[in-house]
Amino acid sequence: MTQLSVKDAIKAFLHIHIRGVQVRDGDDIFVMGLVSSLFAMQLVEFTETRFGIEIGPDDLVLANFRSVNALSALVGRKTCVEGA
Amino acid sequence: MNLALTAPQAHARDAFAAFAAEHVAPLADAIDRDAQVPRSLVARLARAGYLASGLPAELGGGTADPVIHGLMHEQLGAASASVQGLVNVHHMAAASLIRWGTAAQKQRWLPRMASGELLAAFALTEPDAGSDGQVATRAALAGDHYRLTGTKRWITGGALADVFVLFARGGDGPAAFLVPAETPGLTRTPIPGLLGCRGYMLASLALDGCRIPVEDRIGAEGFGLSHVLATGLDHGRHNLAWSCVGQAQACLDASLRYAEQRAQFGAPIASFQLIQRLVTQMIVGVHGARLLCWRAAQARGGRLPSALYETLIAKYHASTMLNQVADHALQIHGANGCGSDYPIQRYLRDARIMEIIEGSTQMLEIMIARLGAAELAPPDAARQGGSAR
Repeated sequence: MTQLSVKDAIKAFLHIHIRGVQVRDGDDIFVMGLVSSLFAMQLVEFTETRFGIEIGPDDLVLANFRSVNALSALVGRKTCVEGA
Repeated sequence: MNLALTAPQAHARDAFAAFAAEHVAPLADAIDRDAQVPRSLVARLARAGYLASGLPAELGGGTADPVIHGLMHEQLGAASASVQGLVNVHHMAAASLIRWGTAAQKQRWLPRMASGELLAAFALTEPDAGSDGQVATRAALAGDHYRLTGTKRWITGGALADVFVLFARGGDGPAAFLVPAETPGLTRTPIPGLLGCRGYMLASLALDGCRIPVEDRIGAEGFGLSHVLATGLDHGRHNLAWSCVGQAQACLDASLRYAEQRAQFGAPIASFQLIQRLVTQMIVGVHGARLLCWRAAQARGGRLPSALYETLIAKYHASTMLNQVADHALQIHGANGCGSDYPIQRYLRDARIMEIIEGSTQMLEIMIARLGAAELAPPDAARQGGSAR
């Protein structure tokens, strides 16, 4: 999967769960107040099941989840490592 | 969706029911009266593998099938809501550790939790922190350890557990810690006089500068509530939903027996249509909640993104259904249901607790409405892996 399609999939998920707000690739969804605790877990579950990766305690830093770009980069790193 | 239990699931259900009938149900009234679960029963549960359910097999764990896990909680709940509650918080703590613990933490703690050497509990609530999760307990970092100071309240298993997954606020936000009950500076005080689930062995925990190594923090600071707590609560809701089905089934079974035996106006009250109406509502309620539990368990087993949502629905419906069913059971039993010769008054008191813990009914209504707006949105081409509607 290309970075573009990873971003598209993430944005589609955000579009479903964050209604009425257009999220751009670099927007900080935490600063924007768009992430509830329930949604935070959903985002982890989505990322794992959609991209076939495992999010572990070492990945649990805000920098990995704060934007479409950040999450896409995390997926890229994890798929690279886990596919190696 | 297949709505029939597989052969292993049916076998497990029968085994759980037999165990609960032999070892748990006979103690249920005494547990309620004494507000205490005997440590010997916890040891028996451990030997039978109840504390290992859902834990990784390589670390001594048991079943990984959410349906079998749920059936276990259903049968425990039917026998004693108090006992189920203690097992539930143990599983909530384990689930948080399994999901967000490091490999070293899992190796250190989970085998002992699976074997029952350690009974675990979940310590979130404080005098001024409940549904909002705004914990005031402080975790001050001092080199290679933290100092935890604060007060926890209404902690299920607090008077009995050996270790707590405990939530406190660090410099970068809320965090979760593994806190042994014997930690110097930790004092626990039992909370007596409860309405229901009296065997929960609730306690307040006072932490006075408890020294906890950094390596016993689960996940990073800032993620204690959003991820570690959320994982534990999600598992707890699933377990409780099944327990509510079991408790409601116990109400129904008792009511069917009583209605056949109790004669008024020269006939068993089961022959009266207004009693039949109550029984019908109980049967339909139990069936519906059980189906929602199966649906949630299957979503969890399939790791569907909708599993959180399905679990919320199952807990919400099962707990509210249970309260109606328990109320009907009391109505069918009349004065006999109010006395100590029948377990109905215990069922009713225990049922009331189910709408308060692991997300009150009102908190669940807010969450279901919010998630439902997304889950039930019209599908589009970009939607991936949603719920099985």
